[in-house]
Amino acid sequence: MSELTDKPVITQKEHYKQTAETDHSKTILGFWIYLMTDCVLFASLFATYAVLRNNTNGGPDGSELFNLPFVLVETIILLTSSFVCGLVLLAAQRRNRAYVIAGLTAVFLLGLSFVALEVTEFRHLVEEGNSWRRSGFLSAFFTLVGTHGLHITVGLLWMIVMVAQIARKGLIDPVLRRLSLFAMFWHFLDVVWIFIFSLVYLVGAL
Amino acid sequence: MSQKLPQSANEGHVTLRSYTAGFLLSLVTTVAAYVVVTERAYSKQGIIAAVAVLAITQFIVQMLFFMHLGQEKGPRWKLLVLLFMTGVVVIIVVGSLWIMGHLDYNMMSEKQMQHYMDSQDGL
Repeated sequence: MSELTDKPVITQKEHYKQTAETDHSKTILGFWIYLMTDCVLFASLFATYAVLRNNTNGGPDGSELFNLPFVLVETIILLTSSFVCGLVLLAAQRRNRAYVIAGLTAVFLLGLSFVALEVTEFRHLVEEGNSWRRSGFLSAFFTLVGTHGLHITVGLLWMIVMVAQIARKGLIDPVLRRLSLFAMFWHFLDVVWIFIFSLVYLVGAL
Repeated sequence: MSQKLPQSANEGHVTLRSYTAGFLLSLVTTVAAYVVVTERAYSKQGIIAAVAVLAITQFIVQMLFFMHLGQEKGPRWKLLVLLFMTGVVVIIVVGSLWIMGHLDYNMMSEKQMQHYMDSQDGL
């Protein structure tokens, strides 16, 4: 009797396991679709910036404002954090909890220094009288770069939650799934930054 | 267990290599774009074209090596969504520039028109 009831229970478990696996790939695809719609948000901000780029209203343009070595440092910090984030995922695959937490801490500190540099740049611009109120060009610039910085800040909060979950629950499947979603989010923000760095800062400095 | 471990270690090695390759290639394209601009290597149009090509190269590199877009099995939904998104992005950006450029041209004030004609040498 007990064997009879045991057997269907096992297949039920197998069934649940399979459903969980397909759900995992569905989650990844769903999050990917969210990232792509976020791309559309950034595209509209890019378009706004491109249209208003020359509307400086007698104020300074990009070539007078942008400090390229400073932005290059920001770019390399963000790129390195994206790379370390990949290494975190590799450590998570091997269920190495200490490495995962150390790696996430490194990504967090790199992200935090990126935000700190960006805030320094913004404060410098505002103090010189070149805030978002100065011209259409500066409004579009602050909106585009600020939206990216806001995403990075959300990523920082997400990392704090991830470290707390890994410390409390360990690297169980739902935590690993969230970690891989976070990695996608972080890589995506670096991809968006490529275009901000190239099209806003480098081309704007010409 | 002992059979499984070397295999997963091997897999890890491959992806570590992919992350490292992606990181180095991204670093090279970033610095190359920076040097092209600071050294004023070409004409203005040439620099813009070079920076755009390097940005798109780095975009593809990161999609392949960081997002593992090439390793998708079965129906390639992620790639399909990405291509659709690229289409939407191009329509938004190019369309905005096109429309607003024409609007700018057609709604010029008399003063702007005079300035424009002077700058175009009477054309």
